[in-house]
Amino acid sequence: MVRDSIKAEVKNLNFFYGNVQALKNINLDILEKRVTALIGPSGCGKTTFLRCFNRMHDLYPHNRYEGSIILKPDDIDIISPNIDPIEVRMRISMVFQKPNPFPKTIFENVAYGLRVRGISNKKVLAEVVEKSLRGAALWDEVKDRLDKPAFDLSGGQQQRLCIARALATNPEILLFDEPTSALDPIATSKIEELIVELKNNVTIIIVTHNMQQAARVSEYTAFMYLGEIIEYGKTEKIFTAPSEKLTEEYITGRFG
Amino acid sequence: MNELKKRIKYNKFLSSIFLIIGLLSTLVGLFLLTVLFVDLFIDGYPRLTYKFLTSFPSRIPEKAGILSAWVGSFLILFVTALAAIPIGVAAGIYLEEYGRKNWITNIIEINIANLAGVPSIVYGLLALGLFVYFFKFGESILTGGLTLALLILPMVIMATRESIRAIPNSIREASYALGATKWQTVQWHIFPYSLGGILTGIIIGLSRAIGETAPIITVGALTFIAFLPSPPITSDFPFLSFKWLFDPFTAMPIQMFNWVSRPQKEFQVNAAAAGIILMIMTLIMNGLAIYIRYRFRKKIKW
Repeated sequence: MVRDSIKAEVKNLNFFYGNVQALKNINLDILEKRVTALIGPSGCGKTTFLRCFNRMHDLYPHNRYEGSIILKPDDIDIISPNIDPIEVRMRISMVFQKPNPFPKTIFENVAYGLRVRGISNKKVLAEVVEKSLRGAALWDEVKDRLDKPAFDLSGGQQQRLCIARALATNPEILLFDEPTSALDPIATSKIEELIVELKNNVTIIIVTHNMQQAARVSEYTAFMYLGEIIEYGKTEKIFTAPSEKLTEEYITGRFG
Repeated sequence: MNELKKRIKYNKFLSSIFLIIGLLSTLVGLFLLTVLFVDLFIDGYPRLTYKFLTSFPSRIPEKAGILSAWVGSFLILFVTALAAIPIGVAAGIYLEEYGRKNWITNIIEINIANLAGVPSIVYGLLALGLFVYFFKFGESILTGGLTLALLILPMVIMATRESIRAIPNSIREASYALGATKWQTVQWHIFPYSLGGILTGIIIGLSRAIGETAPIITVGALTFIAFLPSPPITSDFPFLSFKWLFDPFTAMPIQMFNWVSRPQKEFQVNAAAAGIILMIMTLIMNGLAIYIRYRFRKKIKW
């Protein structure tokens, strides 16, 4: 079997909200074109960890990173102050917990990432919008109403629109922050199928509260507790034969 | 059981007392306003003619009109809008989106809120010193417009900030997450989504400005003007003239004030008629504000 190649290397990552340390000495490798799930009880730091990957923490004052996240293949440290967070966000996209489309048309929502990059050629935009909507399994549902407001869509469709928006810029890593927590079971299963589909082309990190979801969509799982990675490994192993007692207790529902 | 029923009855009785107090309070306000408007209308109705709008003031009450007054009000408001809107909106956006939240911005914030409550005559005195004596703009339309711009600036800033604050943070994060800069986020999201609220604030500010008397008397509005400012469009190159900015002016509330202070009873009728016109102007502006708010709310929902 060919060894998976590494997409990002997290080394000794610490993160602070002011004086509060939210992440403690995190070390882990994110593998290319695989789905890595971050699980753990509320407040364990999984979303905080995820938001380090696109420097979302830089939007708010008093946040501080230590350590490094090395992005392959060009070996840049994406949390280094010398790296512009805008460059990081252009290479690593994010899908949020609650669908957050812009109050614009469906077309403009998907095209936004390109507009930010200064692309305004109508033909190029139209091509990318179609490709991204197909990629997000939404094209057939919206192709006749691209000029309609995004808010006319259902919650699940809105979330897939957000995925299309994130895909439009060809990200190297796609971050999902509990993408289905606001959706009904049918919409959830569509998004899960989509995630499994997407990993053929892009590296995915997903935060989820739902352990079945982690088991269904991911190849690798990291279990976090109180800002630390307790256990990280193949999803199968984490869910069937965890080596840490804490992981086992969480997975079997004894706490969390 | 009976005890319980008694208790409920008593509670409901207390509840209905406020209903009556509230209703009466509402009616008092509404009633007084209606009486005021009807009274003004009855007084001024005889003078409400087309000629009244197109005549200059005169010593003879029947010949006097409000041409120079409404033209003056209109031009002043134009200058006010041109000055207050860009500055106020830019300041509001800066304070909400760019300024870091620290003690300096807190002090600025408190000051802006306080400025909105400063008596308008104080703005008049400030403007007299600044625009008339220091910048030598004279007792002109430019001075009057800038004075009222100062007056409504805090309102525009606050309206801008309020409507920006109503935008959920998730929208900002969505934009930043795609690699947008601050300005791209403001230009494509923050500004367009808050425009409805900003416009509403601007119009309410302007409709307050149109009725202000004290500050423009202070900066030297004339009470009797029988000519119009120089036309902004000329027949010679470059066809645009800004001479009108430096012409003396009068405005609707000043014309009214002037007529009210005359001893002859006929002038009181003129004042009432001018009052009706001023009130209609304000109502139209407020109506416009409500309409704009309605349009934008319908278009953008969260």
